Amino acid sequence: MLEAQSPRHGEKVIQGLLAICAVLSVLTTTAIVISLIGPTIGFFEVVPIGDFIFGADWTPQFEPPSFGVLAIVVGTLNVTLWAMLFAIPVGLGSAVYLSEYAGPRVRRTIKPALEILAGIPTVAIGFFAVSFILPSLIQPLWPGEFLGGAVGKPFMALAAALGIGLMVVPIIASISEDAMSAVPHGLRDGAYALGATRAKVAVRVVFPAALSGIVASVVLAISRALGETMIVVLAAGSTPQATFNPVESIQAMTSYIAVTATGDIPAGSTDYRSVFAVGTVLFLMTLVMNVIAVRLVRRYREVYE
Amino acid sequence: MIEGAGATRNRLAVAGARATTAAVLSEQPRRDVLRNAVFAGLLLLAVLIALAGLVALLVQAFIKGAPALSADLITNPPSTAFPEKAGYRPAIIGSIQLIAGVIVFVVPVGIGAALYLEEYADGERWWNKLIEINIQNLAAVPSIIYGILGLAFIVRGPLDLGFILAAGALTLGLLVLPMVIIAAREAIRAVPDSIRQGSLALGATRWQTIRSQVLPASIPGIATGVILAVSRALGETAPLLLVGATVFVTFDPTPFGADGYSALPVQIFNYALRPQEEFQALAAAGIIVMLGVLLAMNSFAIWLRNRYEQRW
Repeated sequence: MLEAQSPRHGEKVIQGLLAICAVLSVLTTTAIVISLIGPTIGFFEVVPIGDFIFGADWTPQFEPPSFGVLAIVVGTLNVTLWAMLFAIPVGLGSAVYLSEYAGPRVRRTIKPALEILAGIPTVAIGFFAVSFILPSLIQPLWPGEFLGGAVGKPFMALAAALGIGLMVVPIIASISEDAMSAVPHGLRDGAYALGATRAKVAVRVVFPAALSGIVASVVLAISRALGETMIVVLAAGSTPQATFNPVESIQAMTSYIAVTATGDIPAGSTDYRSVFAVGTVLFLMTLVMNVIAVRLVRRYREVYE
Repeated sequence: MIEGAGATRNRLAVAGARATTAAVLSEQPRRDVLRNAVFAGLLLLAVLIALAGLVALLVQAFIKGAPALSADLITNPPSTAFPEKAGYRPAIIGSIQLIAGVIVFVVPVGIGAALYLEEYADGERWWNKLIEINIQNLAAVPSIIYGILGLAFIVRGPLDLGFILAAGALTLGLLVLPMVIIAAREAIRAVPDSIRQGSLALGATRWQTIRSQVLPASIPGIATGVILAVSRALGETAPLLLVGATVFVTFDPTPFGADGYSALPVQIFNYALRPQEEFQALAAAGIIVMLGVLLAMNSFAIWLRNRYEQRW
């Protein structure tokens, strides 16, 4: 046996320092949870938890104030629902096209374009939603007075939804394409050998085989849509109401947080604490989505790698 | 290239089988052929909608922002009274300092965490698994939650820094830290084990091996990850709203100044909220500046990756 000539204390110190860096990530999560829980408990001492969870009137500025979180939870879900109705077909369509139809040259142009789209700051997308999608796309194309009509409204859920949809299309497209590309070629070749068309191979063979990855991409996209702030602040308005009507102005959880917690709001006030209570709801919703997505991704990696 | 030959053989077999099947059945059912064409058309439409969204966003920013594009945009502070002379000077200076702060925080901590997880940690231990799951989840926490963390933990609470630029930089640093760790781990993992074994066999210690072999070989990958993380931090708005980046800062901000600070996306947001045509143009022009900087950074990252990437 060879032995080191010195005890090498420096090595241990360095390993310890590196471990501290890694532990910092756990501390971040702990800090998030602690900073959410404290004021949230304080909030529930003033506002009964039942009124918060089951109430649908969100009027913190009234006297007496009402904190029924359903109004802004449904606001968030409204935007998320319409965003997904746009982003799932567009994102999955792009993924199938890239993985099953596009030649290498087409792929080399489209993939970087989608990466650029994924890198555009959301404040720019929010500006685009409120100053182009709303006045130049939704209002001219909306059928008259359908659902209350779209003309004359400066903010609406649908404008924010389409902006968020545009933002999450690259997420759905790239993760789904990865999952579809991981499907072994033998499966496709087998189907082609039986005389199946490309469409049949894509829909009946590749799509089911890549399903867990595809679902993971959609779940991650939903999580991003729930937590998106700037697009809803700019385009969806600030009218808390529990509706799924796409042409109404709504308030999302994130925009309540962003609008209320700016500037020097007095720490310890009920308004201040309500920000943390809403933050807790949002954090739990996205956490559930993330856990599901991580599990699904692990599953499809296990099957084919 | 056994696999390549196998694939070719497969493809030949498939082509043969197809030709035979086609000959036997004389032709595919007409309905299937039609459906195939419609399906391909729909897929192409989906791609075109996504690309059209991107193009429309860029074109609209240029058309709207063109009237406000001038040197004033970079050299002048914001102004409500004279929108035609208003600019982004304090916001740009604030963003540069924020980014510098993010880099100072994220580079050592991110690389350190990645090195620990790849070079030292035993992946079977529960605490290492915990760290792993944690980083995956942190990467998907909404940015506004990081704003709440910054408000409760960094601005007030334990760190109690107050509404200063350094608090904003630390908040953004925590936000992009998981991205840096994930990218750095991939770069470190790509260094083949034979390099490490060679170094250790020559009598180098673990840290000497990392410092002189592993790190130099993975620097391009790590740098690419850091640049992408920094470009994410540059465009983030929501968390900064909660940790004190305020709207009308007309002086040049400093890292620890208590008078407040601003950042490029926050100033864009503020102009975008004002309905007057002049402010809308300013917002669009600010978006052009921001997208220009981001494009330059990302192109540099891609160039870096292609130029220095090692193939083992």
